[in-house]
Parts: sequence; C-alpha cells; structure tokens
Amino acid sequence: MLEIISMRVNGKDVELAIDPRESLLDTLRRRLGLTSVKKGCEVGECGACTVLVEGEAIDSCIYLTVWAKGKSILTVEGLKSPTGELSPIQQAFIDEAAVQCGFCIPGIIMSAVEIVGAGRRYERDELRKLLSGHLCRCTGYEKIIDAVEKAVEAKLASQRAG
Amino acid sequence: MFDIESIYEAKSVGDAVRALNERPDAELISGGTDVLIRLRAGKGAGRPLVSIHELSEIKGVELQENGDIRIGAGTTFVKITNSPVIQQYIPMLGEAVDTVGGPQIRSMGTIGGNICNGATSADSASTMFTLEAEIVLEGPEGERVVPISEFYIGPGQTVRQHAEVCKYFLIRRDSIDGWHGRYIKYGKRKAMEIATLGCAVRVKLSSDKKLIEDVRLAYGVAAPTPVRCHKAEAILRGRRTDDEMAVEEFVKAALTEVNPRSSWRASKEFRLQLIAELARRALADAVRLAGGKAADEIACWRSGSLAESDMADDTSCKATADSASCDSMADKEVCAKTGSASTDANRRSRTGEEEGGGRDA
Ligand SMILES: Cc1cc2nc3c(=O)[nH]c(=O)nc-3n(C[C@H](O)[C@H](O)[C@H](O)COP(=O)(O)OP(=O)(O)OC[C@H]3O[C@@H](n4cnc5c(N)ncnc54)[C@H](O)[C@@H]3O)c2cc1C
Ligand code: FES
Ligand code: FES
Repeated sequence: MLEIISMRVNGKDVELAIDPRESLLDTLRRRLGLTSVKKGCEVGECGACTVLVEGEAIDSCIYLTVWAKGKSILTVEGLKSPTGELSPIQQAFIDEAAVQCGFCIPGIIMSAVEIVGAGRRYERDELRKLLSGHLCRCTGYEKIIDAVEKAVEAKLASQRAG
Repeated sequence: MFDIESIYEAKSVGDAVRALNERPDAELISGGTDVLIRLRAGKGAGRPLVSIHELSEIKGVELQENGDIRIGAGTTFVKITNSPVIQQYIPMLGEAVDTVGGPQIRSMGTIGGNICNGATSADSASTMFTLEAEIVLEGPEGERVVPISEFYIGPGQTVRQHAEVCKYFLIRRDSIDGWHGRYIKYGKRKAMEIATLGCAVRVKLSSDKKLIEDVRLAYGVAAPTPVRCHKAEAILRGRRTDDEMAVEEFVKAALTEVNPRSSWRASKEFRLQLIAELARRALADAVRLAGGKAADEIACWRSGSLAESDMADDTSCKATADSASCDSMADKEVCAKTGSASTDANRRSRTGEEEGGGRDA
C-alpha cells in the first residue's frame, strides 16, 4: 500500500508515493533517480549510502523513508552550484586525486559536508575517526583524508575572508 | 524493502504501549540499527513494527533540580556525547558511547535501543552499571523503575515486557558527585567494531586523594550479560590509590566474577587476559582523572599468571553461559570456509541472536 509523503530533497519540496516498508536509500535511488546514493552492504557497515538528514550524516540503507517525512535530505546531486559547478569539497577530491573507482566517494563526500560545515580544524586522526563509517576498497584512504583536510582549510579561509 | 507487515509511527509513549499491547507479534523500533539489521537477515520478518523514532518526549539529556540526570531513551549517541550536561557531569558516558560503530551509526542508534537490545557487548551498558542507572519503563499497567542490575536476565533477554517502552534512564546524584571514571573498549579495529571486551571503572577518592573511598567495576562481553564485580570493589575500598597489591587483589577477585567464552572474535583465555589488564588500565586512568596517583604500570606484566589459572569456573558468577555456547562453532565454520569470513561473521553477529542473543558473548 502506498503512502503519500512530503520532504525536502536537495532544496526542493517533493511530494511522492512511497511504500512505508522501504528504505530512504531505495526511495532516493528508485523513485527520485538520485543514483549518487550507492547501495553497498545494506546493513550500515560501508557508508556508501550516506546522505544528510537535517544536516546529519546517516546510512540511508537502514533509515525508513517514513522517518524522513517533513525533513530535509541532502545528496551529492544537491551540492553543485546553480550554474552547475562542483562544490569546493568535490573539487578538493579531484585536486587531491582522492577518487579511484568512485563507488564509496558520494557517501564520503556527504560525511565531508557535515565535517566541513562544522567550521573548525581537525587533526588527521580526528578526521580518520569522523570518516570511519566508510569503507573504500581502492584508495587506502590517505588521499581522501588529504582532500577533506584541504576542503576544511578552504572553508576556514573563506570564513576568514568573509 | 524491509520484510515487515506494517509500520506504525506512535504519537506518544502511551500510544506506543497501546499499539504494542494490541499486537503481541509487534516489535518496537527506535533508531532501527539493531532491528533493521536483523530484518535484513530475515530475523523477526513479517511482523508489524511500532516506531518511536519521532518521539521528542523521549529525546534529550536533562539535569534535574535535585542533581539527578535524566537521559531520554530515544537520545542518539551523538547527542549524548555532545550534551553539555554529559560533558560536565558524566564525561565517561559520552566517551563510552562515542566508541559505538561509526559516526553515522552514532547519529542513528539510541541509548534506549542499546540497553533494551540486551546485548552484553552494548558499549553503554557497563558504564551504565557503574552509574547504577535506573531504567524507567512505561507499560499497560503504568510506570515502573528497574535498577540496571536487575534488568538483564540472559543473552538478548531483559525483564522488559513486550508492551513496555523505556522512557528514560535516571542517574542519581550520588553516582555523579565526586566520581570519575573510564571505559575502555578492546576491539580488533578502532571503529565499526563490536567490543571483544569492554571495561568500565568509576572511583571516588578521599579528600586528600590518597585513598579509594569507593569504586565500581563492570564489564561487557565478560559474561552472557554485562556484569558488575562487587567482590572486587569491596577489596579495593579504603585502600591507597597507588597500592599495587591492592590492585592485583582487585583484579584477581574480578576474575572470579566473570564468565567469558570463546567466540570467533576471541578465545576465553584471551578475554580473561583482557578482563585483568583492562581493569588495571581503566582503574589507573580513573584514579588519575580523579586527581590521585595510580599504582605503577609495572604491576601489569608482573601478574600475567593470573589469567592462566582458570578462575572463570568459579560458580559464584550469577550470569551463566548456558545458551551462549552453542554457536561459536558455526562462526568458526564460517571463518574456515570463506576468505571474506570476517565480514560475514560481522554481519551475522550484528543480526543478534546467533551469538547467544548478544552480538558477541
Ligand atoms: C554497523 C553497525 C555497527 C554497530 N556497532 C556497535 C558498537 O560498536 N557497539 C554497540 O554497542 N552497538 C553497535 N551496534 C548496534 C546498535 O547500533 C546499538 O545497539 C544501538 O544502540 C541500537 O539502538 P537503536 O535505537 O538503533 O535500536 P533499535 O534497533 O531500534 O532497537 C533495538 C532493540 O531495543 C528495543 N528498543 C529500542 N528502543 C527501546 C525503548 N525505548 N524501549 C524499549 N525497547 C526499546 C527494540 O525493540 C529492539 O529490540 C552497531 C550496529 C550497526 C548496524
Ligand atoms: S549500503 Fe548503507 S552502509 Fe552500506
Ligand atoms: S574509490 Fe573505489 S571504493 Fe573508494
């Protein structure tokens, strides 16, 4: 049985019919076509499905869509600027060559959005801990941490400038 | 799609109690990080869920006028760690729940779910034992308060009745003022790992900081349920903070109060070693946090022989491993058969009952 719910996805209000038994991961991928949200383990282990709900990174594979009613969801599709440019965080991943196959990256970028948004500097070990809910089979993580560090610095610089 | 019959979003705790009472086959769900994982493995499939995910009345940490602290059962781990009240009065609990899973899990999982799930490995449990937390449940017959020491009855089993909802935990001022503590989680990885063993120690020192006026010791994964070690505590009370002999007697007594087992994560022998060593370290940390001088670290290796004697056979241990020993073989089989064993086993153990109802025992 379908249920109509409304939520805010990537800054736009959407109203859609969902099955109350489905995960937010399935709703975002299948009903809204937001395929940056990856399906990895489906049990909260890998972080590939990470999105922000009300600014907080969660694993959308173990989050029921009905819980997202009236809430604001952000995925990688929502990061680009109105003119289509990549966000500074995405750019930092490219600049630091932090991406190999890319499967884990959208999830990590969403965690990075939360980290960078905190507006403070972290030790590398703190960043490791903040990213520990993600598995990457390719990069060995070093470049990913470089990229997040760079994105944090860029944000702090822009705060000082602004 | 999760294999559930339906999901009902409760409007209040009372509404959740009513909904559970109406359907004996319904399952309560809060953050879902245990329930939904079990469902992925087909456990408890096809049942209706009653959700308390959106209930703000059971979220948040509050310092009450009388100095007691009230922690809503629906409070996520992140909210506990970031709570100014927790940071000021019970930093140990904020640190303990900051060892759960990874950041996303800590933003989803709740302390009520952690305790009510009944797992011995729950990272908040041993600390809550040393805080002598009181568990406030609401059921069809009204409210009742259960001390955490009486809450667990076996692996994955608690005294909570089907239609009872945990509303909040109460930590009494007596367990806060003047106390300092440390939780140490031992796991194979630093993150996204269920504890191989967890040890919580709280101490209260005399005003000159020389004597241990009071101490509390509790473990996770040292028995089928979390355990408190009263005998060990009694030995240390009134002794000097830097008395090595006292610490060794404390550790020796603790070993008689636990009952660990072998699982794919670790052997019983290794767990006994951890039970001894983590008690020393957590105690030393707690004493230092309280402003005292801890016993020399040297004592740590001197007493290696303690773990070898098989003190876990002691029958004084309340919690027994009856139903907890059946499946470690199955886990070993998985390990032997496949290269990706640890992931499989991880997943299996997180689904609950297999490892004797806890994630690991
Ligand atoms: C990837 C991953 C890693 C994990 N790592 C750890 C870890 O390192 N350490 C650890 O301790 N746990 C870990 N867990 C387990 C889990 O996150 C915790 O046990 C969490 O606290 C469960 O809370 P929840 O709100 O999500 O519970 P739910 O899944 O909603 O519920 C769990 C159980 O408790 C009952 N329940 C929940 N809330 C209440 C309530 N208010 N009143 C009565 N009953 C209630 C439910 O009926 C159910 O039986 C991990 C889980 C995952 C998926
Ligand atoms: S797909 Fe959600 S955590 Fe792996
Ligand atoms: S880049 Fe391939 S999994 Fe991370």
